[in-house]
Amino acid sequence: MSDLADLTISAAGVGLRSGEFSATDLLEAVHKRATMTEADLHAYLTIDRVGAAKAAVAAESAFRRGEDHGPLQGIPIALKDNMVTRAIETTASSKILAGWVPPYDATVVSRLKQAGSVIIGKTNLDEFAMGSSTENSAYGLTRNPWNPDTVPGGSSGGSAAAVAVGSALGSLGSDTGGSIRQPASFCGVVGVKPTYGLVSRYGLIAFASSLDQIGPFTRTVGDAALLLQAIAGHDPMDSTSYQGAIPDATSGLDAGVQGLRIGLITEMMGGEGYDPEVIAATRATVSKLENAGATVTEISMPSVDYALSAYYLIAPAECSANLARFDGVRYGLRVGGSTTEEMMANTRGEGFGPEVKRRILLGTYALSAGYYDAYYAQAQRVRTLVINDFNRAYETVDVLISPTAPTTAFKVGEKASDPLAMYLSDICTIPSNLSGHPGMSVPVGLDAAGLPIGVQILAPALGEPVMFRVAAEIERQAAFADRAVLATSAVPR
Amino acid sequence: MPEDESVSVPVDIDIARVARLARISLTGTELGIYEAQLPVIIDHAARVQALDTAGIEPTSHPLPLANVFRTDSVGDCLDRDEVLSQAPETQDHQFVVPRIMDEA
Amino acid sequence: MTYEAVIGIETHVELSTSSKMFCACPVDTDSEPNTNVCPVCLGLPGALPVMNEKAVEWAMMIGHGLNCEIVGHSVMSRKNYFYPDMPKNYQISQYDLPLCINGHLDIETDEGVRRVGVTRVHMEEDTGKSSHIGGDSGRIQDALYSLIDFNRAGTPLMEIVSEPDMRTPAEARAFVSELREIVLALGVSDAKLEDGSMRFDGNISMRPGGTEGFGVKVEIKNMNSMRSLQQALEYEIERQTELLVDGHEVVQETRHWNEGAGKTESMRSKEEAFDYRYFPEPDLVPLAVDEAWDRRVLAELPELPSQARSRFEDLGLDPEAAALVARGETGPLFAAAVEAGADPKSAANWLTGEVMAWTRRNNTDPAATPLTGKHIAQLSTMQGDGRLSASAAKEVLGWVLAGEGSPEEVAEARDLVQMSDAGELQGIVDYVLAENPEAVAKLAEGDEKVLGYLVGQVMKASGGKADPKLARELLAT
Ligand SMILES: [Mg+2]
Ligand SMILES: [Zn+2]
Repeated sequence: MSDLADLTISAAGVGLRSGEFSATDLLEAVHKRATMTEADLHAYLTIDRVGAAKAAVAAESAFRRGEDHGPLQGIPIALKDNMVTRAIETTASSKILAGWVPPYDATVVSRLKQAGSVIIGKTNLDEFAMGSSTENSAYGLTRNPWNPDTVPGGSSGGSAAAVAVGSALGSLGSDTGGSIRQPASFCGVVGVKPTYGLVSRYGLIAFASSLDQIGPFTRTVGDAALLLQAIAGHDPMDSTSYQGAIPDATSGLDAGVQGLRIGLITEMMGGEGYDPEVIAATRATVSKLENAGATVTEISMPSVDYALSAYYLIAPAECSANLARFDGVRYGLRVGGSTTEEMMANTRGEGFGPEVKRRILLGTYALSAGYYDAYYAQAQRVRTLVINDFNRAYETVDVLISPTAPTTAFKVGEKASDPLAMYLSDICTIPSNLSGHPGMSVPVGLDAAGLPIGVQILAPALGEPVMFRVAAEIERQAAFADRAVLATSAVPR
Repeated sequence: MPEDESVSVPVDIDIARVARLARISLTGTELGIYEAQLPVIIDHAARVQALDTAGIEPTSHPLPLANVFRTDSVGDCLDRDEVLSQAPETQDHQFVVPRIMDEA
Repeated sequence: MTYEAVIGIETHVELSTSSKMFCACPVDTDSEPNTNVCPVCLGLPGALPVMNEKAVEWAMMIGHGLNCEIVGHSVMSRKNYFYPDMPKNYQISQYDLPLCINGHLDIETDEGVRRVGVTRVHMEEDTGKSSHIGGDSGRIQDALYSLIDFNRAGTPLMEIVSEPDMRTPAEARAFVSELREIVLALGVSDAKLEDGSMRFDGNISMRPGGTEGFGVKVEIKNMNSMRSLQQALEYEIERQTELLVDGHEVVQETRHWNEGAGKTESMRSKEEAFDYRYFPEPDLVPLAVDEAWDRRVLAELPELPSQARSRFEDLGLDPEAAALVARGETGPLFAAAVEAGADPKSAANWLTGEVMAWTRRNNTDPAATPLTGKHIAQLSTMQGDGRLSASAAKEVLGWVLAGEGSPEEVAEARDLVQMSDAGELQGIVDYVLAENPEAVAKLAEGDEKVLGYLVGQVMKASGGKADPKLARELLAT
């Protein structure tokens, strides 16, 4: 029997239902894989062996009783550690939340539990999801399973690495500027940022509220659709949650792309910072789609050149307020002081890492008196321009395609001292955070160094069905999933 | 503020003041690093000013939603002991803070 | 040169909704510390706010009560500042697009009616409560440390900002008390100054009489009663006038009313000015009030105090009595009593006299007692037709307020109905006359003083139930 940790969610579901193996067997295989790989990769901050074992046993007895809560029942899933879990330490990779044991579950966590899935543990991230390499964690960096000298991307690097290496069958990340799609691309897995509002943010430790969105990492497009369906849906606890019918991401997986209109974003097809191998792989992918019956055009979206600038005003501004609550009064770290003001400043000075401080300072400045109109308000107007550009594009095409990131995984430490260079790593993903539209990354091949290349598919709001339809075709053409398993199983040397 | 993105104007940012406003104590070294880094980032971000946005409404929210409410009914509260167990310091079932000094 | 004061008032009113502004915790002031808290109002990581619809509608009612325009598109914003009793270190409030704008309130002054502009009414959330430990008298300035209870955090709070249209402390006081009456009439808050469910700050500057400009403005905080509002403003007018007369300048600052010392004191000013960094709250969506919704809210608007006053005057009350009885505590009861057939003047007397006295003694308010309009109607009828003496009526009212039943039931059960039937009383009179031959003889001699003695005897023999007027008539004949 092949290693259970290498199964897809759907294949594991078949095995669990046929009685070929139990949820506990599956969990044990995943735990074994984690034991083999964690020392090298450090994908996890917390592994909840006891809780997961209980959940696996519960799933088993549900199966025995003939109770079936759907495709996630008995499936081991990992959560990025910025999702709040009742009774499991949640830190967002920050020293300021060291030891915090939340008294409640995020809505996505409740939904996963209701679906019968087995929560393995909490994965590493850039502190408060601020970063693109998972190097900004107070608890040590995560490495890329394809080459431990490179970063897994970020901020959801732990969730991406765990799925790539088989220490989880699927995982959840959060994407504020590309934090699901970029690490998915770096780690050779599928990563999805759904339409803003499709998945509840209740219990997601906020970075930038109007941009944050939770989404799945899986090894296949089909698995991503299953995981997304399980967590999507209206939540009365989140005012920004979408209230209408949830689009079915699984509906067009086998439909092919015959007759679909695909646009290539001109501004993301080369230029400074873009790796020619990545551009070539993107063009090759699009050619295959054309051969499969799609029509392809190039579309220029001039405003996306300003998206990164707007993002680096909006996201820090929102984070400066969102992170104000970490003050040493009610939970987490406290560093003393002779007055409350001093205590708060000391706590925040010691508790936050350099990137978090940098962004809080940036956002505080951008919102401060005299600068609001020039920075924040102007950035929000640019956001409108980005949305207009997207809407114009979607009048003529069904989906847009670009590289997910300008490069493949870069070396650990390579960009650590140059924040702006690091920010540029999200240049292709940020526009759809500003617009709120869905986007996903699908692996299409390896570069000369043997590192995965991802292609990004973007769709209009609630366009998940067509986005997944194209993604499934790309996956079929690239036949990448099989190779990912081979490559990852070679990691523990 | 630069009218043209090619003209780089030194950004006027008093990091120490901003850090006080954000309640973050910085060491001298940190102050120096941020004083060097932040103007560069802000300069890049300030490119947004090069775009003509006359007549463009700002988007503060990607979804066109309005009027999302809950009804005025009472639900469950948290267990007080569980809440206080996470606090750095408590007394008489309350959170303790050092002297607050003057209110503003 | 004479100086004139320019006064504006900012009032905060806590709504008495069942649940908080953005979460389902109860609005309840009597609970044990930190028991009415949840992830949302405690500002736990990941928690998100969801608006209380009733709080929005009540805010609209307050807007209508103050003749405001309800804004069709309004937005919640974050007001950023650090304070340990504010869980998120930002307050969800409103900034450039408040719910209600451009209102006014007419107040009675010595020079007749004055119209005070209401700039805006906006919605926000209250903070927790801190108590200051160590040092003198719980003052924050001397405390060694503080304790924080977050039960109040997230209570819906309305901020009502007036235009600087008041010229005297008395006008300011009239404005605040009329505002309070309106809030009470709307039934949206208990507006208790002593509990802090209604609080106000003042802005005051002085300018040469007859000019139109504005002088340097001073903000006054910590005025906890109508009386302290008036005293603080009076003190400030004197202080600022003195400075100006002596050729000094008034410093723009925030001053604290020290109730004990009877003066305002400068609060040490911060190194940097406050910079609230407002921006639209991304966790909430905008409010869109269309005409249909506004009309629904308007339809539920109860009678306002000014409307009640003129209606009560039309019922025959003089303006003073109408104003007294139209107050929030008594207005609805009065209307109900008249509805039930009570004589308006008598009902007004009962309400503003005995009822208020009893509730004040028992530290409650009329609405919290079992007293109904029907009871008041019954009471005044029973007194009018002689079944209750004045003193018995008072006693009956006390028992009604205490929950013993209607006046009829109480008077019956406690045997307080007056003997006002001549036939019934004649027997007792005859008995008293027979028992007191000497007194009768004196009476016959024209000694009027003895009549009082005999009335007393009749009262005694009747167990206090005789109608003394009737007894006197019967004895004299
Ligand atoms: Mg306020
Ligand atoms: Zn609450």
